[in-house]
Amino acid sequence: MTATLTVRGLRLTRGTRAILQGVNLDAEAGEIVALMGLSGSGKTTILRVIAGLETPDAGEITAGKAGMVFQFHYLFEHLSAIDNVTLAPRHVQRVSVADARTRAQQLLDQLGVGHRAGALPRELSGGEAQRVAIARALAVDPPLLLLDEPTASLDPARKHDLGDALRALAAAGRALVMTSHDDDFVREHATRVVVLANGVVVEEGDPKVVLQRPQHAATRELLQMERARHGVQ
Amino acid sequence: MRLVAACLGTVLLMATVHAQAPAPLRWGGDAEGGAPFVEADPADPTHVSGFDVEIAELVAARLGRPAQFIQVAFQSLDQSAKRGDFDMGLSGIEDIPARRQSLAASVPYYEFREVMTVRRSDGDRFRTLADLRGQRVATLGGTMAYDLLLAAEHTHGIIAVSYDEDVHPYSDLANGRVDAVVLDHVLAERAMRRNTGLVTHGDALAIGHYIIITAPENTAFRDRVDAILREAMRDGTLERILRKWQVWNGDQPRLYERVLGTSGTPGTPATPGTLGTSGTLGTPATFASLQLYLPSLFRAALMTLALSCLAMALAVALGSLIAIGRVYGDGLTRALLTAYVEVMRGTPVLLQLFVIYYGLSSVVRLPAFIAALLGLGLNYAAYESEIYRSALEAVPRGQLDAARILGFTNLQALRLIRAPQAFRIALAPMTNDFVALLKDSSLVSVITVVELTKQTQIFATNIGSWLLPGLLCAAIYLVMSLPLGYLARRLEERWRMPSA
Repeated sequence: MTATLTVRGLRLTRGTRAILQGVNLDAEAGEIVALMGLSGSGKTTILRVIAGLETPDAGEITAGKAGMVFQFHYLFEHLSAIDNVTLAPRHVQRVSVADARTRAQQLLDQLGVGHRAGALPRELSGGEAQRVAIARALAVDPPLLLLDEPTASLDPARKHDLGDALRALAAAGRALVMTSHDDDFVREHATRVVVLANGVVVEEGDPKVVLQRPQHAATRELLQMERARHGVQ
Repeated sequence: MRLVAACLGTVLLMATVHAQAPAPLRWGGDAEGGAPFVEADPADPTHVSGFDVEIAELVAARLGRPAQFIQVAFQSLDQSAKRGDFDMGLSGIEDIPARRQSLAASVPYYEFREVMTVRRSDGDRFRTLADLRGQRVATLGGTMAYDLLLAAEHTHGIIAVSYDEDVHPYSDLANGRVDAVVLDHVLAERAMRRNTGLVTHGDALAIGHYIIITAPENTAFRDRVDAILREAMRDGTLERILRKWQVWNGDQPRLYERVLGTSGTPGTPATPGTLGTSGTLGTPATFASLQLYLPSLFRAALMTLALSCLAMALAVALGSLIAIGRVYGDGLTRALLTAYVEVMRGTPVLLQLFVIYYGLSSVVRLPAFIAALLGLGLNYAAYESEIYRSALEAVPRGQLDAARILGFTNLQALRLIRAPQAFRIALAPMTNDFVALLKDSSLVSVITVVELTKQTQIFATNIGSWLLPGLLCAAIYLVMSLPLGYLARRLEERWRMPSA
């Protein structure tokens, strides 16, 4: 199976701070790859570089078209949910308005927010806004979907629904790369976990194995912090 | 002890001297009017000279009081006199019925002729107002000459153009912006010395007189001024002053004869070409003049509205381009646009209007309306651009990132995503600016565009009261600005943006 995404030797420095120091990463169709790491480990930066929002100092990226779902969704605030989804097909891909709307409504229905098509972003709940953002990213049919902290603002029931939705997308032949703090979610829904520390990959593999018996100190520290956080809550 | 006594003595002496010193005679005039009336000394602008200055000093001297000059804008002399800002006002003030009604006015001390000045090349073509159908004829606003021209608009089809001072009518005549100037012969003679290529026809279009004004309740003081003026006519003092300033002529002895022949306070001596507005006091007169002025007030309001709308359209278009240039442009573009914004915001719009209309007239001779439109539009573009720039910056970067990943070009992202949201953010401050522009448009009267405020001022000067014209003018401005505010609030509610 050919990889949908291949990243080799990615380096990025901001000012004097080395953010990425030679990252390698692959993702294939049907995979859900979870990037984990402490804050500042470079997870989000990797997604932004893959999406083309930032230019790396060195390294190679081979990727098809990528769609991205941001942590804060960044829906276009002046447009209704369905108009957010149809905007790129209409103006970038030059799809007819009718076709774009039919396809957008299908996507929203699949993601369980079809009934909110006419709502403005400010009228949506966090979970609804996220699904609309996913629909917007999928509307241009990218083989690779990047998600930045998709579970950040969801309650446990919504997290479960999201996990199901992501697995359905992967099953439909897409490669998914997400960043996450949530080891339970990753254990349950990701097909592979990649642990980052100080701008390099320190450990990767099956989440059930890696997160059960972490080999690297950084992974252990990460899990401890997650547990501490759950303990507090 | 002796020292204390000496000090005490000095203080007492000073107090006595102070108590005995007569209060200065405060007289108001406009030094901007210049020689030979009242002219500020270039070396010491607090010191003034001119025949009106010498007449004021003569009155003061004969009252045994020192003269103290108070600078008052020519157009405000009547109101200032009424308020009691000074004891008497003189600065080439014309004897018109409205003034006699609302103020205590002296006997006339000078007779002038309203004369017409044209370019030498037009000297044979334009001899009377009747020759000037469809031509622009300039004068000083709020004067007899202006009323004369307004009447001629109906009778001869001329276009009356009002200026705030008497210098630019003549320079604009010389450079072709207007085709004739009608003003006092004293002003015309002075202008002829400054501008070559002009010719003044000697025939009087009307006769007028200069008077001294005092507050309406000050009739006793006015009577003393009359007595002093009569005495100065008899003993030759007035003639000496007028000869010194080269404004003496054969009309004056005949005026003196008439003045000295009448006892008490005279009315206006009979003049060829009756001028001014209604001659009766009270509400019917005010009402009649209201009917007379209402159409011109509405026309002026339309001018204000048209000018404001067009200037705002220019400001919005140009402001948008500047804002886009400052957000998306390279370093040089940004620096140039920033400089433009800072210069336009940092200097008075009044100055910009002067520069565009008068300053550029040697390069490009813009019609007054176009100059006004450009002046206001270019100035407000600077303010608008700052609003749009900050509104563009206020659209979250994340949305632009999302647009980029979705494949939108920068231009598409601006057109479809950034600008529509920025417009909603900018709407409230934009409305605010438009209301401000509506009122700032009154500044363009300095470049001869007669809009609502200017027309109100003309109205007020002619009926001798600001109360009714002022209220009417305020009401018209409100009628124009209130619906805007309402519309903007409605749109804002519809487009309410989430708080960032």
